[in-house]
Amino acid sequence: MDQTFWTYFFVVTTFTLYIAIAIRSMAKSTDDFYVAGHDVHPTINGMATAADWMSAASFLSMAGLIAFLGYGGSVYLMGWTGGYVLLALLLAPYLREFGKFTVPDFVGDRYYSKTARVIAVICALFVSFTYIAGQMKGVGVAFSGFLKVDFNVGIAIGSAIVFVYAVLGGMKGITYTQVAQYVVLIFAYTVPAIFISLIITGHAIPQLGFIGNAAGTDMSMLETLNTVVTDLGFTAYTETTKTKIDVFCITAALMFGTAGLPHVIIRFFTVKSAQAARKSAGWALVFIALLYTVAPAVGAFARLNFIDTVNEATYIEDGEDYATRAAAIEATGGKPVPAWYKDWEKTDLVKFDDKNGDGIMQYRGPNAPDGLANEVEPNRDIFVLANPQIAKLPAWVIGLVVAGGLAAALSTAAGLLMVISSAVSHDLLKRTFTPDMTEKQEMLAARLSAAVAVILAGLIGAFASQLPFVAQVVAFAFGLAAASLFPVIFLGIFWKRMNREGAICAMLTGLIPTFGYIYYFKFINDDAGAWWFGISPEGIGFAFMWLALIVGIVVALLTPPPPEEIQQLVEDIRIPGRAGVKS
Amino acid sequence: MPKREQHKLYWKAVLRLTAGLLVIWFIVSFGMGILFREFFDQFSVGGAPLGFWMAQNGAIYVFVILIIVYCYRMNALERKFGIKG
Repeated sequence: MDQTFWTYFFVVTTFTLYIAIAIRSMAKSTDDFYVAGHDVHPTINGMATAADWMSAASFLSMAGLIAFLGYGGSVYLMGWTGGYVLLALLLAPYLREFGKFTVPDFVGDRYYSKTARVIAVICALFVSFTYIAGQMKGVGVAFSGFLKVDFNVGIAIGSAIVFVYAVLGGMKGITYTQVAQYVVLIFAYTVPAIFISLIITGHAIPQLGFIGNAAGTDMSMLETLNTVVTDLGFTAYTETTKTKIDVFCITAALMFGTAGLPHVIIRFFTVKSAQAARKSAGWALVFIALLYTVAPAVGAFARLNFIDTVNEATYIEDGEDYATRAAAIEATGGKPVPAWYKDWEKTDLVKFDDKNGDGIMQYRGPNAPDGLANEVEPNRDIFVLANPQIAKLPAWVIGLVVAGGLAAALSTAAGLLMVISSAVSHDLLKRTFTPDMTEKQEMLAARLSAAVAVILAGLIGAFASQLPFVAQVVAFAFGLAAASLFPVIFLGIFWKRMNREGAICAMLTGLIPTFGYIYYFKFINDDAGAWWFGISPEGIGFAFMWLALIVGIVVALLTPPPPEEIQQLVEDIRIPGRAGVKS
Repeated sequence: MPKREQHKLYWKAVLRLTAGLLVIWFIVSFGMGILFREFFDQFSVGGAPLGFWMAQNGAIYVFVILIIVYCYRMNALERKFGIKG
């Protein structure tokens, strides 16, 4: 059985499973469609949240980014997990106690204002579309790398699958497909990690291999890696070239962004009570930690493996017969370019430029002691996908990893589509412009907006192929969520005096400058020297979040306090069981 | 005690618990993993420097524990103040 067979086998089997689940859990009411009837079990919701949350960025890109950033990659590890502490302690139980359908719902009711609701809808749509572009790009990378399908055709297939289960099943369908997708993705991530950990360190548990010794030596794996990379002229693995303030700000922006992401928050509307929401956040982080504590090990192993197999290998041209030439090179004691490398070369994700014309692939950092120029440019997004091939694992493992990557991308895309469709049908139509819609009409509107959103997302994904790494595209969504949504939700719960005027100013103060800063430094001027206080676009959301908090508080103090019944509402959501489980 | 007073005390206790856990959250990630990383790197966990390990693995374990502790303490608080969750 070859690799293409296994890849098709796993992809087709899992896709069939997702659709079967979706058909069994069709949404029958708006309650089902928006919040899965408010009665998902906390553990099930935790698992669905983990799949919802762990996107193509977590699954495909993160370990590759860590492999090349070393310590600098910690921003993703801490940032994308630490946010759950904020979510569990500061937001999720209270928002559940409030008992509505969407994030703009909370903002609109708490700040007794249609304007505030519409601005929150804009923030949610902004964040969700940025994020979904990254997912669709991930789907394209997985399809084009393995199924020998065109990048855009891959995106079209992915969109069609999400279309079926998001449009039919709504939140209810998505919840149960996400549970299946979690199982697929965690299995697909840990199986190759265990194999590779055994090869490199002799430990079956990657988390132990990470702190263990390199197999057959008494030097720790990390020290070995540090020596290997510094000898080639790279920064040591346990160091970074980023400044401390930048590492701090990026980590914080990712954490607060996580807490403010609408597609994560709405998952906590699907459980029964505030108590269940807390428990569910705990389960979600347990399921997420299973992948996130393995990722740094995968990253370090990938870097070692890559250098070991590619550096100083003799290149084989496309025109030559790979097998005969490779045997000839080995016979003279040389190292032929690995077969996986030739495979990935077709996707343009790895490039070799023989600068000194010696036919040998020199992989070097910026400060190479032997003064040689770097000739190999690997795209970091391929590492999780190529890792099993690099480590020469069985063909079925590779097929499994592809199915896992698709599960991660599709589950997140579906969650984002729910945010987009409920923001349009519930917040814009039902609650703002056409309040006398019947429930049936609202369901139809929700399905139609989900359908339009899928098509738009696919188009954005196709466009996003020109954008940089998946994880970096996604990082922007966090900056926007941290600066625009987190402050108003947080103040809405913890400060009774917060009013409509303050909330509107805070959201605008967060959204506009963050978007402007990111856009300017990513698309107009990429000179890192001009960054404010040395903070990169990825981290700027944290700085503007503080600005939004301050502006919100000052404006609220200068304008009249919120009406009595709103202050009572805030009191009620603080005490479980008082606001009642309204729906 | 009147219900209103009870709820005030409950909310105070919730805020205290939340603040305490967030202090730990800050120390293990931003403190040990970023700001004072060099200091903690003189110790090690297996073959990894402590500060580096906290940033890549250790903080995540502590985050999980923090949420579990929060769930148990909140349930206890709700029982103590007679609030149905």
